[in-house]
This record gives sequence, C-alpha cells and structure tokens, in this order.
Amino acid sequence: MNIIREIPCDRIIDTVRDLFIRVSTDLGDDVLSAVQRAAQSEDTELGRYALEKIIENAKVAKNESLPLCQDTGLAVVFVEVGQDVHVTGGNFSEAVQEGVRRAYRDGFLRKSICDPISRANTGDNTPAVIHTEIVPGDTIRIIAMPKGGGSENMSSSVMLLPSAGLEGIKKHIVDMVRKAGPNPCPPILVGVGIGGSIEKSALLAKKALSRRVGEPNSSDTRLSELEREALTEINSLGIGPQGYGGRTTALGVHVEMMPCHIASLPVTVNIQCHVARHGEAVI
Amino acid sequence: MKNLQRIRTPITAKVCEGLSAGDRVLLSGSIITGRDTAHKRLSRLIAEGKTLPVRLDGETIFYAAPTPPRPGRVIGSIGPTTSYRMDEYAPTLMEAGIRGMIGKGKRSPAVRDAIVRYKAVYFGAMGGVAALMSACVKKAEVIAYGDLGPEAIMQLEIEDFPLIVIDDASGRDLYEEAVPNGYL
Repeated sequence: MNIIREIPCDRIIDTVRDLFIRVSTDLGDDVLSAVQRAAQSEDTELGRYALEKIIENAKVAKNESLPLCQDTGLAVVFVEVGQDVHVTGGNFSEAVQEGVRRAYRDGFLRKSICDPISRANTGDNTPAVIHTEIVPGDTIRIIAMPKGGGSENMSSSVMLLPSAGLEGIKKHIVDMVRKAGPNPCPPILVGVGIGGSIEKSALLAKKALSRRVGEPNSSDTRLSELEREALTEINSLGIGPQGYGGRTTALGVHVEMMPCHIASLPVTVNIQCHVARHGEAVI
Repeated sequence: MKNLQRIRTPITAKVCEGLSAGDRVLLSGSIITGRDTAHKRLSRLIAEGKTLPVRLDGETIFYAAPTPPRPGRVIGSIGPTTSYRMDEYAPTLMEAGIRGMIGKGKRSPAVRDAIVRYKAVYFGAMGGVAALMSACVKKAEVIAYGDLGPEAIMQLEIEDFPLIVIDDASGRDLYEEAVPNGYL
C-alpha cells in the first residue's frame, strides 16, 4: 500500500501566489526567444519595431517588477493532484483561490473579474478557473496561466462536420486568425483542441497553450504536421506584429486531440496574445 | 519608417487633418481613460441630455485600465484594450466632442465614418508592452466613476506616448493597407 503524503494548504496558497506574481512580470524564456527569432526574420519596419518593443518591455517588466501587460488576466489554474496526497489544514480549492487573491493583492496586479450581468468587479480577481485532475503519485503539480480578455474574445468552440477532416480543421484555424486580425495582440499563440466533447475540446485548447512555445505535439505526427502547416499559412496572411503588417502573425500553433463521437468533430481555437504567461511548480 | 510627429493635446481638427494612417506620433499632454462601462454610462447621459461628469470637448480618450501602482509610483502598467467594444458608443462620443481615441484593433465602418465626419483620429497603442508605457505617464488621477475600480475614468498627463495612426480623417485605415488581402 502507498504511503499517504500530507501537504498543508498553506504551501498551496504560497505556491499559487508566487507563481502568479512571477509569470505576470517575468516573460518565459520560451516566449522571449521566439520573439527574438521573429525579430531577426521580420521584414516590415513597423513589424520589427513592434517586436523590439516586446523584447524591451520584457526587460523593463522584470527589472522593475511591473506587470508585462495591464491585463493581468483571469487566473486559470491547472492542478494535477497525486492520488497519494492528503491535503491538510483547509479546503484545497479555497487554498488555490486564496493564493490567487494574495497574488493579485501583493503583486499589484489588476483585478479584472466581474459579475457577467451587472459588471460589478469582484475586487480580488477571484474566482479563478481551476481545472483539477487526479493523477498517480504523491505530488501536486500546479500550472498558473493568467489569461487576457482581448485574445480570449477572439476564441471559439465549433462543431465541424466529421467530413471536414484535417484540411477542414486547418482552414478553420487559419480563418479564425484572419478574422481576429490585429485584435488579439499578434504575434499570437494558437491553442487548438480537437475531439472529445464541446467542453473537453475547449479544455484541450487551453491546456495546449501551457506547452512551451514552439514545442511540437510529441504524441501524434499528424498533429505536429498540422501545427507546422497551420503556422506557415497563418504567417502568410500578412497581419504581422500588432496587425501593422509582416510575416510574424503567430509564434506557434499547439494542437491537442482525443477521440470523439462518431457524429461529431468538436474543435476549439483558443487564441493567446504574445504575452503568453505560464509557469509551473511541483509541491 | 513613416513620419514621426510630436503632438500636444488638445488635438484640434487641423492637427487631425495633418495625420495619415501609418504615421508614428509621440503624444504629450492631458488625456482621459475610459472603457466599456464608462462608455455605456456616458452615452446614456448624453442620450438623456444630462450633465456629464467629465468634459469631452476636444478630449482624447484612451481605452485603458491600468494595474494599481506600487507605493511611490504614479501608475502601474498601462496599455490599450481592444477598441471594437467601444464602437457602439464612439460616434456618440465624437459628436459630444471627443477628437482622439487610443486603443488597439479594428473599428467598425460607422466609427470610421464618424472619424471622417468629425475630423477626429484613431491611434493604435501597442498592446502588451504596458510596463514600457508606464514610464510615459507623469500624473494620474481618478476623475469619475471611481466605483468601477480599474475601469474608472482617469485623467493622465503623458509625455512622448508612442502611437501609430490607424484611422485618419481622410478615411484611410492602416490595417487595411498593411494586409492587402484583407481579413475576410
């Protein structure tokens, strides 16, 4: 029989707090090097200017502990809880919420969460959206992903016809990016979830955005090819950094997939701006 | 790189006529912030013929809600939100005196028509470089709708705030010209 490991709520609170503060001010090296590579190959002057400003912004944000973007996002948290873990000293979900609450207070992050109808701000950026999965093991893995509203607004879930196939999926992805144009702050990262049910495809798309930028799908060569081909087509659209024109419209396309119903082909395209913040910790 | 112009607010009709889509601008002076809910409230007051809590005549409005400042700082990080959500209200606000708009992303045909009609201008500020832009803000004060928290209307004193003309008073649009095949 496995030995149960105890993890106190306080550690969860501190870990979540520290993660959100860090990713809000410190752009990951995966994103930064993708932007740096793009700046080398961008051929429009305004496009290069925009990419250079993104690099400069990352330096200032880190040095001065300032949020990279004023939209410090909806707090999305992916948690993998080992089945041999016993959470002590409180309520697990509330601990995650408390960690988010403290991060947005102590890190001077913007509180962007409101009642959908009255639009009254909740005041502390909670509730966070928490996706919990029970996995083997005795650790808790936490991925923090503050998600900006502008790029989220350019995302959608659709039910394609099964006959659409890979070509139809690719066309849909590229069309979504074309229609979004300058709105989601390109260069963007495109998360795609294929299959499952409508809500599962959305979850796969969101999870795909937590992958390191440009890292191909390693489970299925059909998907890594789709990622590569969709990226090439997207970067031929000409939208460019900030929509000012150029070849850098996306830094990456990340696709995740699972089987679905014989009648259906759910596809979610979740767009992420260039401030692609994500970070993880294991307790 | 296209023309670089230094402009001071208030922006006049004459200044707008001298601006072309794609021009880079360094804007200085006083501007106000306002986004979704502030636009809705201002438009309602205008429709009802009531007094507004801020003067719009000749004003430039920045679609922005900054992060809270750390102690000792004027403002936190600040940058544009996506403008199309303000499209419904922008012509009304231009009619009421707004001359300049700062945001990011495409505008509706109705907004672009109003920009021509009222000799106004729509500037793009870069999205996602808000730590950098914070240094251009020298003073910040909430002047209306404090209950909206980050979405309150603020008055900002800015210096050399980097912008690009997206929609000019002659009807030209930078995004359309930058992407020859269009978006649809």
